[in-house]
Amino acid sequence: MNEARLQILNGIRRSLQRGELSGDALKAVEARLAEPPRGPAVARAALAQPDKVALFCQWAEANNATVARVAPAEVAAEVSAYLARNNLPAEAVIAPSPQLAGYDWSNQKMLSLRRGRGEGSDHVSITGAFAAIAETGTVVMASGPEHPVTLNLLPDTHIVVLRESDIVGGYEEVWERLRARYGKDRMPRTVNTITGPSRTGDIEQAMELGAHGPRRMHVLVVRE
Amino acid sequence: MESTAHDFKDNVDAALADPNLQDSLSKLKVGFSERRRQAAERLPEFEALRDRARDIKNHALANLDFYLEEFERKVTALGGHVHWAPTAEDARRIIGELCQSMGARTVAKSKSMVAEEIALNEHLEALGIAPIETDLGEYIIQLRHEPPSHIIAPAVHLTKAQVADTFLEHHSKLGFTKRLTERNDLVAEARYVLRQKFLDADVGLTGANFLVAETGSSMLVTNEGNADLSNTLPRMHIVLASIEKVIPTLEDAAVLLRVLARSATGQESSAYTTLNTGPKRPGDLDGPEHYHVVILDNGRSAVLGTEMQDMLRCIRCGACMNHCPVYGAIGGHAYGWVYPGPIGAVLTPQLIGVEEAGNLPNASTFCGRCESVCPVRIPLPSLMRHWREREFERHLTPKAVRQGLALWSFLARRPRLYHRLTGLANRMLALFGRAQGRYQTLPLAGGWTRFRDFPAPPPGGTFHAQWRGRQS
Repeated sequence: MNEARLQILNGIRRSLQRGELSGDALKAVEARLAEPPRGPAVARAALAQPDKVALFCQWAEANNATVARVAPAEVAAEVSAYLARNNLPAEAVIAPSPQLAGYDWSNQKMLSLRRGRGEGSDHVSITGAFAAIAETGTVVMASGPEHPVTLNLLPDTHIVVLRESDIVGGYEEVWERLRARYGKDRMPRTVNTITGPSRTGDIEQAMELGAHGPRRMHVLVVRE
Repeated sequence: MESTAHDFKDNVDAALADPNLQDSLSKLKVGFSERRRQAAERLPEFEALRDRARDIKNHALANLDFYLEEFERKVTALGGHVHWAPTAEDARRIIGELCQSMGARTVAKSKSMVAEEIALNEHLEALGIAPIETDLGEYIIQLRHEPPSHIIAPAVHLTKAQVADTFLEHHSKLGFTKRLTERNDLVAEARYVLRQKFLDADVGLTGANFLVAETGSSMLVTNEGNADLSNTLPRMHIVLASIEKVIPTLEDAAVLLRVLARSATGQESSAYTTLNTGPKRPGDLDGPEHYHVVILDNGRSAVLGTEMQDMLRCIRCGACMNHCPVYGAIGGHAYGWVYPGPIGAVLTPQLIGVEEAGNLPNASTFCGRCESVCPVRIPLPSLMRHWREREFERHLTPKAVRQGLALWSFLARRPRLYHRLTGLANRMLALFGRAQGRYQTLPLAGGWTRFRDFPAPPPGGTFHAQWRGRQS
């Protein structure tokens, strides 16, 4: 295996007509890794926070998600109402996160919640979000004990509870938040950035929703 | 996969005579390419982002050894494994052994062009392991035993009716005995059939759009979510990626993501962009226990530092083929190997030899649309011209073409003879009747006029004759 590794690396160096990087060339790439330069700024997401929230909602809806803006006390009622509006059963699997446990679910007597990972038989999941991107209406999920990845993928309907303050402009601000939270060299196992429901353009280039992941995505944007 | 690139001309004849293919291809002009134009117009920074995307890939290629080693260090530190595969055979062997180490019977596969390049499915089948394609387009063509005809829409050559027939044939034994007519019903049926296969698979195999050196992450972009199910549900996740997929940092990924989806399908963003870093962590309720990355060279390192290096910037968006008049007329299968369209015409001679694939870089009008839409600004016509030169240097060009070129160069160096002959040809064409401005048939030009009219020269003689007339 080591031989194969050297064969490839030495092949690259031979083609580039140099040895292993050293001296100033090495310092330059190390510096670039330590302080990653950003690409051209995208003006449409460089907004004040309330406008970022509005832009997120606009793009999420343009990408076939639905959005409801609610107060913290209204989260549980909106979940129940959404399920009723869409003729879905009043049961869901919910991510075992302190953020979600912090909302008052006790007044939704008909709503049955199971905490844990997603199974193939689940119809509805409820998760939080690590962040969201205003530029494209994208929610960002970081995996961990509080957020199993299967909840983002297996159920037909994915309900996302997103705090307004977690909406940022573009990807770059998400990366900064990930580094601050998990450390520069330690990403979560899985970061899913999700823009609307699952879809496919594989039959005659026409987009159809609900390929393998959720058919519906509903985002509750929570005021603070 | 076995190449038929040497039969390119026969492949083209078959493609032009295939009504289903022509029907499917007619949708390309109004599908992906029109949506790409609209997406580019909605983002004022799009051209600046393309410049940066090109620079990022050039920087990564100039320091490829460093970034690959950095990527390996980060993967290993988080409990993953990196395997190095100089050749396609090495990659097949490594992946086969990994699957066998899990006692795997089925592998959930997410669309990977590199897996097509190394003919992985055939190898797994020979080992008694069933590869299950989970991307809808790949699943359809796997059922039909066809290769992909497009790098992001592998079943783009098929009509809805053909998909319906294929599903009826293969799903009726599962109880789906009704022939479907609506796209959403076809999608729903495939979703149902494949869901159980995801849950049963022992290994998930995906490609990667990018490998991020900074974090040791593999990055995958899909619309369906099939790659995410493939890398979440099975106990082992194998990533297969070629060396040029490595990029330095997450900030670089942000730039490339902004041009990738817009160039590919005209979407602002694909539905799923996922970073995977190492195996499942302590306390995680799901995710694979084992995470392996197989890094394939297969001739790419030899392209570095040559006039052909620019081809390694490719991020596999498919824009060049969506905008190519040749691809639009003949589809992907005619190219005869894994990568079709303009990028295929450049990559294929490199990967399987110009002797086999010399026809492909000749199948271009050099109209330049491919280069004008490429998100990383690969000079595709120039690269095709390089291949033509190499083919000519190595005396691989067909005799008739060489003799024709020799005749033309003889005439081009003798202007008076040239003018006399073109003037004669002009008068000859007039004899065949130029009244309609075009010819539906023409002696010795049946290959041209069978599929389109030949434009008639305007009255008044050759350009030179007219020019002289105006000067005097």
